[in-house]
Amino acid sequence: MAVLQDFRNNVKPNWCPGCGDYAVQAALQQAAVKLGLEPHQLAIVCGIGCSGRLSGYVYAYGMHTTHGRALPFAQGLKLANPELNVIACGGDGDGMAIGLGHTYHSIRRNVNITYVLMDNHVYGLTKGQTSPRSDLGFKTKTTPTGNIETPVATLEMALSAEASFVAQGFSTQLQELTDLIVAAVKHPGFSLVNVFSPCVTFNKVNTYDWFKERLVDISTFADYDRHDKGKVLQCILEHEGLLTGLLYEDKNKKSYEEVSGLASDNQMQAVRKFTTAEFNKLLEDFR
Amino acid sequence: MQRNEITWQAGGQQGEGLESLGAILARTLSHQGYDLYGFRQFSSRIKGGHTNYKIRISAQPVGTINKECDLLVALDQDTLSNEALTVGENGIILAEKALAANFSGKTEILAVPFADIAKQNGTIMQKNIVALGCTAALFGLGEECFELQLRKEFGKKGEEAVAANVAVFKAGMEFIRTEAPALLGRLVLPKIAEKAPKLFLLGNEAMAFGALSAGARFMAAYPITPASEVMEYMVKKVKEFGGQMLQAEDEIAACTMTIGASYGGARAFTATSGPGFSLMAEAIGLAAMTETPLVIVHSQRGGPSTGLPTKHEQSDLFAAIYNTHGDTAKIVLSPSTVEEAFYDTFEAFNLAEEYQCPVIVLADLQLSLATQTMAVPEYERLSIRRGKLADGTKLPPIKSPEYFPRYSLATDDGVSMRVLPGTPNGICLGTGLEHDESGRPSEAKAMRRQQTEKRLRKMQTFLTAYSKALYIDAPYEEADILLIGMTATRSCIAEATAALREEGQKINHVQIRLLSPFPAKELTPYLQKAKKIIVIEHNATAQLANLVRMNIEGCPHLESILQYDGDIMYPEELVTRCKEVL
Repeated sequence: MAVLQDFRNNVKPNWCPGCGDYAVQAALQQAAVKLGLEPHQLAIVCGIGCSGRLSGYVYAYGMHTTHGRALPFAQGLKLANPELNVIACGGDGDGMAIGLGHTYHSIRRNVNITYVLMDNHVYGLTKGQTSPRSDLGFKTKTTPTGNIETPVATLEMALSAEASFVAQGFSTQLQELTDLIVAAVKHPGFSLVNVFSPCVTFNKVNTYDWFKERLVDISTFADYDRHDKGKVLQCILEHEGLLTGLLYEDKNKKSYEEVSGLASDNQMQAVRKFTTAEFNKLLEDFR
Repeated sequence: MQRNEITWQAGGQQGEGLESLGAILARTLSHQGYDLYGFRQFSSRIKGGHTNYKIRISAQPVGTINKECDLLVALDQDTLSNEALTVGENGIILAEKALAANFSGKTEILAVPFADIAKQNGTIMQKNIVALGCTAALFGLGEECFELQLRKEFGKKGEEAVAANVAVFKAGMEFIRTEAPALLGRLVLPKIAEKAPKLFLLGNEAMAFGALSAGARFMAAYPITPASEVMEYMVKKVKEFGGQMLQAEDEIAACTMTIGASYGGARAFTATSGPGFSLMAEAIGLAAMTETPLVIVHSQRGGPSTGLPTKHEQSDLFAAIYNTHGDTAKIVLSPSTVEEAFYDTFEAFNLAEEYQCPVIVLADLQLSLATQTMAVPEYERLSIRRGKLADGTKLPPIKSPEYFPRYSLATDDGVSMRVLPGTPNGICLGTGLEHDESGRPSEAKAMRRQQTEKRLRKMQTFLTAYSKALYIDAPYEEADILLIGMTATRSCIAEATAALREEGQKINHVQIRLLSPFPAKELTPYLQKAKKIIVIEHNATAQLANLVRMNIEGCPHLESILQYDGDIMYPEELVTRCKEVL
């Protein structure tokens, strides 16, 4: 059995001290241990940005792809290599700006991967520009008079795309985040884990304290039903999306693998030449 | 009178069944043992708009169509206005009655009430089947020859549909026999000495079949003319072999998914045309930098931007080689016949794994969409080679923080050992950033230099080993002219070459089948032994000629024959244009 140390490497992250992404790294490593995985059974696929460097900071197979494209890469990888546990990671620039189309289509397609989205409402690696998750009025280098564009509603969007698993965590709540990632990986379909992961350098508004004051854990609601989409959506709207926990789960939606038949017949790993009988049969189509 | 070959053409409005008319006729003739080359002109719309289908029928192999035709079936005015002049001596036009009345040309024309015959014997939708019956009568073929393909086409709609179409077909035959007996025997098809087993298919189908035969079990793609048939073939066939064709949300996703699947161990590919290929530029760079195998079938159409979606062009040559930023090591193959389309696509998967790089199979609309007779691929010639792929059972144990040296510099040929994720003791990283031997990001100067050189060295290794860079027909030590082309112009140039040789000219012909890395060493001797060199290509900026100049030191003067009007090149026209250059 692998232990936490097995998922650590000797690489020092290039994140600022205090960055929320350290907690996501730790939660991923702890989740891998809790899931009983060996490092080689896990692949972390990242996009570009501060969060994108995460694949290099966990001892597992890691691929640091292009900006916004972690999800297409991760889906191709999972379909070709179904035994692998595939976790895609990225920031709000990656998943809600340049890669938003892929995020939406990945959710509706429902390939059995997990997407951990680190949301800090700002562009960090390019040193402080607005993000599609920035609040209205948020001042950055590219919005000196304040952001004038409505932020993307991550959770509502996911539900509209017929998500089968939507969770939200917060970097200071490490235990909850770990448990959410464990549940997400176990979920047989696409699982979204949105994490509020504050940027301590370029976002002086949406700070740790800002989130702490506003976030509500859904376990505090007596009658929360994560299988009732209407009520979940209503709750999200009432709290402007500032909730944590496993917000929505649809156990009936079948994964892409099941619907496509790949779950019962996937021969992508077996690269081989046709037998003469197979080859000759295919020739018949063209005679 | 018996002819060596016959060219048949039919034109009408889209939606009038021209495509199925051409398909039933072609498949029937193919079954009779003829060599065929069919090409359809069409517009980027579904119903309405002129379309025509031309089929060249021969007892010998044919690889293109000619301008001239012998039998023209005109269902609309456009056909008559645009194509009547292409009907050769002794040729015949069959035109819808009302159109024929106003025809003032010199060609022999027969008014056929296609619509009336169709309505009397079935429905107005069967004008195409009337035309098929007329054609059969003129070609001297009995209805029994057509029954199989009529059944194939309409059988899925039930026996009644088959019978109804056979009746309309017979009415068409009967019309010619009773109303125009004088025409019978004019266009009798050449005799076939022996029926060799052959295939008849689209170039796109040949490439898709090549991919499937190479073990491709994952395809992600986005529909686009003229490449969609590759997806359509894969979706029909790949499930049977435990694979998947996925229609992605865009070409960026399609290409990136393909790379993900390939990284995961599958043989994966995508297919597209210019607009989609532009979107794939980013992903191609990722595959090159992470040294992940990637195969892209790119069938060119008119550009830039949406350009001419349904028309032929060869103007993405530079895009295929250079569309990605940075010093990108990639292979660009350019098949020039339907057989090469099959074998090159098959081989692309071997090369992508052996050299761990993107491989572009650069086709063009003519090659992709022409329906062509193809020699049966030789099973024995096909072998799967996966290159340096680690055997997971033989890796020495490693433990955090040790990594498998995925990008090891200890390699003479530039290729390092690849390992599939999921393999115990193979853990390594990958990144689009410059990286060290384990795949960790690195900006160290020496590492940057060495990794860059390693990636580029693979192309030198490949170029030295590759033997199919050129198609050569160069019998003359001292040629008057060397003709150079790429992709689907192969047969057109070959026919022009033969015609000019008959006139006493010493013509050599080289078709370039590998565009990147460029086979300069192999091409140079042919340039040196020609008095004049003409590069023939379908674009306005002489991209191939410029590629030759760029790669060949002291390159001799090159003349260009360029065409960029969307039409394909015809051998007769090429002969004329060659003479203009001389």
